Amino acid sequence: MTGIERITNSFQPRRPAFMPYAVLGYPTPELSLQVVQALVAAGADLLELGVPFSDPLADGPTIQAATQGALEKGVTVADCIAMVAALRARGVETPALLMGYVNPILAYGIQRFVADSAQAGVDGFIVPDLPPEEAGELEVTCHGQGLALVYLLAPTSPANRIRLVAEKSQGFIYLVSLTGVTGARYALSPSLADFVGRVRGVTRKPLAVGFGIGSGDQARAVAQLADGVIVGSALVQRAGRSIDEVHKLATELREALDLAAGSTPTG
Amino acid sequence: MTHHLEDQSRLTTTRGKFGPYGGQFVPEVLMPALAELEAAYAEAQADPAFEATLLNLLNTYVGRPTPLSFAARLTDYLGGAKIYLKREDLAHSGAHKINNALGQALLAQRMGKRRIVAETGAGQHGVGTATACALLGLGCVVYMGRVDIGRQQPNVFRMQLLNAEVCPVDSGSRTLKDAINEAIRDWVTNVETTHYLLGSALGPHPYPTIVRDFQSIIGREARAQILAAEGRLPHLLIACVGGGSNAIGLFHPFLGDDEVEMIGVEAGGESIASGRHAARFADPQRARVGVLHGTRSFVLQNADGQIMETHSISAGLDYPAVGPQHALLRDQGRVIYTHATDHEALAAFHLLAKLEGIIPALESAHAVAEVVKRAPRMSGDQILIVNLSGRGDKDLDTVMKASAPG
Repeated sequence: MTGIERITNSFQPRRPAFMPYAVLGYPTPELSLQVVQALVAAGADLLELGVPFSDPLADGPTIQAATQGALEKGVTVADCIAMVAALRARGVETPALLMGYVNPILAYGIQRFVADSAQAGVDGFIVPDLPPEEAGELEVTCHGQGLALVYLLAPTSPANRIRLVAEKSQGFIYLVSLTGVTGARYALSPSLADFVGRVRGVTRKPLAVGFGIGSGDQARAVAQLADGVIVGSALVQRAGRSIDEVHKLATELREALDLAAGSTPTG
Repeated sequence: MTHHLEDQSRLTTTRGKFGPYGGQFVPEVLMPALAELEAAYAEAQADPAFEATLLNLLNTYVGRPTPLSFAARLTDYLGGAKIYLKREDLAHSGAHKINNALGQALLAQRMGKRRIVAETGAGQHGVGTATACALLGLGCVVYMGRVDIGRQQPNVFRMQLLNAEVCPVDSGSRTLKDAINEAIRDWVTNVETTHYLLGSALGPHPYPTIVRDFQSIIGREARAQILAAEGRLPHLLIACVGGGSNAIGLFHPFLGDDEVEMIGVEAGGESIASGRHAARFADPQRARVGVLHGTRSFVLQNADGQIMETHSISAGLDYPAVGPQHALLRDQGRVIYTHATDHEALAAFHLLAKLEGIIPALESAHAVAEVVKRAPRMSGDQILIVNLSGRGDKDLDTVMKASAPG
C-alpha cells in the first residue's frame, strides 16, 4: 500500500479522523517520541509531525516556542526523519505526515528528503509555505514514491484556488479554519460551515480541518462538518508539561469525535 | 512608464520569477491577497490618474526630484573619478523608503484597505510608512525587532509621533527578519482589511516588482540629471544592498545602458570569516539559494536550512536574504556585488561628514566605503554616482558608541 492509500484509508465513513500534531524533538527527542506514542494510544488516526524551522511564519506563539526549543536542542531534519523510523521500530503503525517549511527541505535536497522519509516510514508531507504553483519538483518526487503532498485551503480561497488545490492535493485536503496563524482559540470561525461546504462542492477527497481547535467541544463541532480534525497548539502546550496531560487531552478529543459520529467512545 | 514596462517584461517571467529566483512561497491564505495586489497594481499602472497622483505627492510633499550633488571635496580627496551623490537623504522623512511607502499606500487606498502593517529594521521604512499613512489617513502598525528598537530610538519616537503603533518583536534574533515574520503573521490574520506594506525589493511576487518600480524614480531622475550636468552617462553606479530596494531603484533605469557598470555593497559586518555579517553573495559557505519570506534567493543559512542570525552595524542591512532580482543580476554578471565592513562604513561615514557636510545613514555609508576604494582607481574623466539612500541622524547614537575610546 502506498503512503497516499494509507492516508486516504484512515478517513472512514461515520468515524471522524483524529489527527494530532506534535513537534519532533520537543520537549526533547525522546520525550517527543513518547508524546507521539501517547497520541496513538489515545486513538490518533493520522499523525502530523512538525519539523522545526527557525522562521515558522504560519505558526503562533505556542508552536514557535516549541520548534525553537527543539532547534536549541540541536534537532535537525535528519534527526526528524530518524525519529519517524524510531517510532516505526517501536511499533507505531499510524500513517504519519511530516509538516515542515520549505527551506530546510531544499537544504536537505528534495530527492534525498523524499527518499529518506519514505525509507523511514513517512506517508506524506504538509509544507505550509509551498502552494501548488511552487511545488513542482517536490510534488513529482512524492508521487513517484506514492507519498502524499497535502495542500492547504483557507477561508479566503476563491473558487479557482479551491478547484486547483482539490485537484492537486493527495490523501486529503487541509482546510485552515480561520484567517490566521496556528494556535488554540476560544471560538470557531462562524463561516467554517460555509467554507467546508464550498470545498465539498468540488471534491470527494477527505477534508481535514485544523488551526484554532483546542477543546473537545470544538472538535465535536468541526467533526459534524469535516472528515478529520487536526489539533496542534493545545496538544503541544500539554507536551511541554507532561505525557499524561497529552494523553488526557488526546483522549478527550477522541471521545468528542466519537460522540460526534454517534458511535461508542473508544477511550 | 512605457520604458520601464518593457524592462519589466525582459526581466521577469510569469508569476514573478527572475530567472530561477523569486516566486510566491507563502501560506495559501495569502495567495488571493497577492493576486488582488497584482491586479490592483496592473490597474493602477494602466490608470494615468494614479501616476499623476503619486507624482504630484512626490513633487509637492516628498520634495522630488532629489538633487544630484557633485561631491567636489570628496572627488579631490580621493583623486580619481568625478563623484556625484544622489541625495535620497533629502527626501521627506529622510530616506528613499518614502517613494515606495507612498506608492503602496495609494495602492492600499485603491484596494479599499484602511489598515497598513509594515516591518522595519533601521526604522526608515517604518517612518516612511507612518508618514504615508498619516498623510492619507490610514491606520498603521509597524513591527520592529527589540534589538533594532534599542539602537534606533529616535525613529521609534518619530513613528509614534506620526500616529503609528510600534510593536516590539521578541522572537528569533529580534531584528528585521523577525519583524517581517511578525508582520506576515499579522497580515495572515487580518488579510481582508489590511495591506502589508513591504519595504524592500523582496518577499513574494508581486512585491519585488512593485517596490522596484516605485523606487526606479531614483534612477530615472539620476539618469536625466547626469545627462543635464555632464552630457553623458556615468561609468559606475554604487549603492548599498540590504534587501536591495535603493540599489535596484538606482540601477534599474540604467540596465539597458551596457556601458554603465554597477556595484552593490552588502554589509560585511565584523568580517566575512567571522560569520558575523550580512553579506549573502560573499560567503558561499553560509549563503545558498533558499527560500525566506516568500521568495527564492540567496539566503544565509546553516547546513540544515535554518536561517542564520546576521550582524551589521546598520540595522537596515542586517537581513539574511537579498532581493531576487539582485540574485539574477549577479548570475548575469550585470551587477558586481561586494561588501564593506562595519569599520569601513564608519570611516566613510566620518569622511563624508567632514568633506561634504553630509551625515549619511550607516547603510548608505557602506556604499560610500566602496566609493573610497573605487574612485582612486578611476580616471578623472570618469563619472561615478553613489546613492545616498538616507540621512544619518538616526545613527548618531550608534556612531557615538562605536567611536568612543576603549
